[in-house]
Amino acid sequence: MIRKVWRWMVIIFVLLFLYLPILVLAVYSFTDATNIGAIRGFSVHNYVTLFTTPELRSMIAGTVVLALGSALIATVLGTMGAIGSFYSRKGMASAITTMNQVPVVNADVVTGFSICILLVVVLGISKDTYIPLVAGHVTLCAPFVFLAVIPKLKQMDPSIYEAALDLGATPFTALIRIVIPQIFPGILSGFAMAVTLSLDDYFVATYTKPATFDTISTYVVNATKGAQTTIKTALWALSTVIFLLVVLFSAVMNIRANKEERKTV
Amino acid sequence: MEQTTNIIELKHITKTYEDGYSAVSDFNLEVKQGEFITFLGPSGCGKTTTLRMIAGFDLPTEGEILLNGRPITSLPPNKRPINTVFQRYALFPHMNIYENIAFGLRQKKTPEKVIAKKVKKVLELVDLEGFENRSIDTLSGGQQQRVAIARAVVNEPQILLLDEPLGALDLKMRKEMQLELKEMHRELGITFIYVTHDQEEALTMSDKIVVMSEGKMQQIGTPEDIYNEPINAFVADFIGDSNIFNGIMTGKLKARFCGGEFACVDDVEEGTHITAVVRPEDVTLTSPERGNIRGIVTSVIFKGIHYEITVESGKNEIVAQSVHSARVGDRVGVEVEPDNIHIMIAEDHTNIFAAEINKNYELEYNGTVLPVALTDVIKGSSMLEDGTLVDSRGLEIDPKKIRVKISIKPQDIELTDDQEEGLVQGSISNMIYKGDHYSYVIHTDLEQDFVVNDEYLWNMEDQVGLVMPVEKMIFTVKK
Amino acid sequence: MHRHTFSRKYLGIPYAVFLLLFVVAPLVVLIYYAFTNGQGEFTAQNLTGFFSDPNTLGTLCYSFGIAMVTTAVCLLLAYPLAFILATSKLKGKSVIVLIFIMPMWINFSLRITALKEILTWLEGNLAYHPFLNTVLGMSYDFLPFMILPIYTTISKLDGALLEAARDLGAGELQAFLRVTLPLSLPGIMSGVSMVFLPAMTNYVVLDMLYNSTYIMGSLIGSYFAAYNWNGGSMIALILLGIICLFTLLTGGAEEENTRGGALL
Repeated sequence: MIRKVWRWMVIIFVLLFLYLPILVLAVYSFTDATNIGAIRGFSVHNYVTLFTTPELRSMIAGTVVLALGSALIATVLGTMGAIGSFYSRKGMASAITTMNQVPVVNADVVTGFSICILLVVVLGISKDTYIPLVAGHVTLCAPFVFLAVIPKLKQMDPSIYEAALDLGATPFTALIRIVIPQIFPGILSGFAMAVTLSLDDYFVATYTKPATFDTISTYVVNATKGAQTTIKTALWALSTVIFLLVVLFSAVMNIRANKEERKTV
Repeated sequence: MEQTTNIIELKHITKTYEDGYSAVSDFNLEVKQGEFITFLGPSGCGKTTTLRMIAGFDLPTEGEILLNGRPITSLPPNKRPINTVFQRYALFPHMNIYENIAFGLRQKKTPEKVIAKKVKKVLELVDLEGFENRSIDTLSGGQQQRVAIARAVVNEPQILLLDEPLGALDLKMRKEMQLELKEMHRELGITFIYVTHDQEEALTMSDKIVVMSEGKMQQIGTPEDIYNEPINAFVADFIGDSNIFNGIMTGKLKARFCGGEFACVDDVEEGTHITAVVRPEDVTLTSPERGNIRGIVTSVIFKGIHYEITVESGKNEIVAQSVHSARVGDRVGVEVEPDNIHIMIAEDHTNIFAAEINKNYELEYNGTVLPVALTDVIKGSSMLEDGTLVDSRGLEIDPKKIRVKISIKPQDIELTDDQEEGLVQGSISNMIYKGDHYSYVIHTDLEQDFVVNDEYLWNMEDQVGLVMPVEKMIFTVKK
Repeated sequence: MHRHTFSRKYLGIPYAVFLLLFVVAPLVVLIYYAFTNGQGEFTAQNLTGFFSDPNTLGTLCYSFGIAMVTTAVCLLLAYPLAFILATSKLKGKSVIVLIFIMPMWINFSLRITALKEILTWLEGNLAYHPFLNTVLGMSYDFLPFMILPIYTTISKLDGALLEAARDLGAGELQAFLRVTLPLSLPGIMSGVSMVFLPAMTNYVVLDMLYNSTYIMGSLIGSYFAAYNWNGGSMIALILLGIICLFTLLTGGAEEENTRGGALL
């Protein structure tokens, strides 16, 4: 009994640590308050500000477009890389795998800084072209797509590809009609991971973005240094919206996973 | 109706991998239109590699493959009118049965109406009517196998390749499918090339069997030919149960093996080293006086329709099948009809003899302990502190249940005057001069014949000792 | 099948080229810059400078301090939690685990903002407790990365092992110390590497919580702001060295033990 109480205390303590700040902020985002602790009336003005201020809207849109765009490129590149390396000779495969591992273990600061040095300082590509930013984010994300796809290739029965060739499909058709559908769950989770990584990134963006462009991360970091309270509290609203979206997304995914499970049982 | 056209020809096919390993070497084969031909051999014999070269998944390093007389050696698999039934079916998991079967037809841009009709027909053929919309994972292994066959034959291939298609099925299902496949072959009239390591399967189904070992064709022939007239010891051993002995021709239609002299029907020149094969069902047990050799019954196992009786004669063991039982310890005579003795000229005179394991877990032969640890002989085994021998999984090994055979090449045995120095003693019963050395047959005191190459001249009937260095011995363990 | 016009292995070429361009080439340039001065002359000045300047060495020590304390806090919170979750027989366990992982998907800067508001309310002025706040902020940020690998490792443990230990006479504590803990070490290792390294470099957490002391990441930021590419490159290179060393020490980044594994 005592043990059970202890167990629940640990669970609840960690839950509170992880969620209390976000929940408190969510409550206060619906008030006029400019500080936590002050007691003020109900208001949705933070949400109005969030969705009407052009600066905030373009920042959010920019972040999402960047995330989806670079995740898409990363997914195509990473998937091709995974398929290519999986069917290559050992030397080639291990070379790609080793290079792939570098951005995974590296600190984002180092990744961002080194890409900035090469593209901006050495090659002189202007940050305003967005090339360094997109390149940076693709570099950040593609290795994870690669890592998500490789296990699916390993699980796949290698003879189904041969079966497709045997039945008259060209290697290209066999790849599109047989291999890709088989590894699609891996590609999908790689894509999801790429989007998450890009959305969460601060460092690569700081070192490679145009001065006039901001992602949520860079914007929030700068905003906390400033003293503009309307922007500050509007970000509380943004935090709440993202939190709710994550909860919604997780719930949907979980329900779908349960359904799938019941189907197979 | 006798078909005479060769549908496929393999000419001097060799497949060598980058690491220098040869999976198939100088393989030649002609397959007639409509034949059911089986590649039979143990795993790693090159049968699957050969099949994959016919399918087009692997390219031969050397040689040529002709389909209807035209070379297809490097034609990609999708361009060959040949379809494969894969070992683990290789059905496309994300497609239903209809789509799986339609896949090949779609590649040929067949109209949908025709596809539907053909799929329906082929599903009838494999007894899966109405299964079109089922998904693959709802099928049993046997049903998946049928879909795999349907998916291949719906394309009306000129040749159907089957790579151990029944390997994943249980015994009962396998027997059923064997008959069905045979029936299907008759109905479709296309050429089947079948790969298996199961000799019974090969004998049941095939028109012709190709026995393979170490990348080489050992023998090709009808199941009857292969069973009754195995061309060498490997084939004899692989197909059916066999007693295999080393021996020598001692006269016209007379052979000496297993410690006795037997009349035979194969006319081989006197003095030739031979391998004699006798099927257990051809061994007759009689009274001691009447047999070619005599021995003692050491084991009797009831096998349902017959008894399997092991007779020990000297150091030789003969297995017989008989409808009459015997008692362990009985003294019996062993008799074999001349035409049931299959004599092959031995290419390889390797001496094979059995060693014993004594109670101290040491290997012993002729009362001499061999300087070799049993743990080195039995792979993965180790000796516990309390002196019990365990295998790689830690299970105790019962020394009575395993047999260790020793092989040693004739050139690795040395003859000596000092008989005590030898591991075994005997007298020279035959000698042939082979140009740079003499090849002797020594009949040992344990009633075995050893072939020994020696450059020195000895005389017939000389008493000698056979020195056999342990490092030249190859040990094989049988449970 | 070399005669086919299309082969699957060619698909790897674009990605290999991409990796060469954006992973290998930047590192080569980084090394070049780290060992040259502003005029492009070869020098080891940047390296010797780092190890002889008390300020930079102090930063290195402070980074290690922050990282070690943060890692310890995360481990102390995550291990009991992961153990409880992994060994419980609750029905909707996957949902509960998901709840602990979800914060990873919320933008970290927004989460730190939330924490910052709470701490400001509690402490009045954040500047009074910079070290404490930084450790809290980083633990708050990185905790899910510690929970998940430990949870995964413990869930995969064969329950029979624990029963065997009990059967052989080990008490509950003994069984935990002698069986569960050693076998969950790989999970701990990957959790540690996923918290320790970011804690040495994620200087934004410090910035946002008004901790003006530098950590290793801050140095790169300051050199970047000052357009000192050579100095920044050397710091990046030193960080890279530390990362390599750390990765080797924690047993390498296996596929499932990386950030990717945690995110999925």
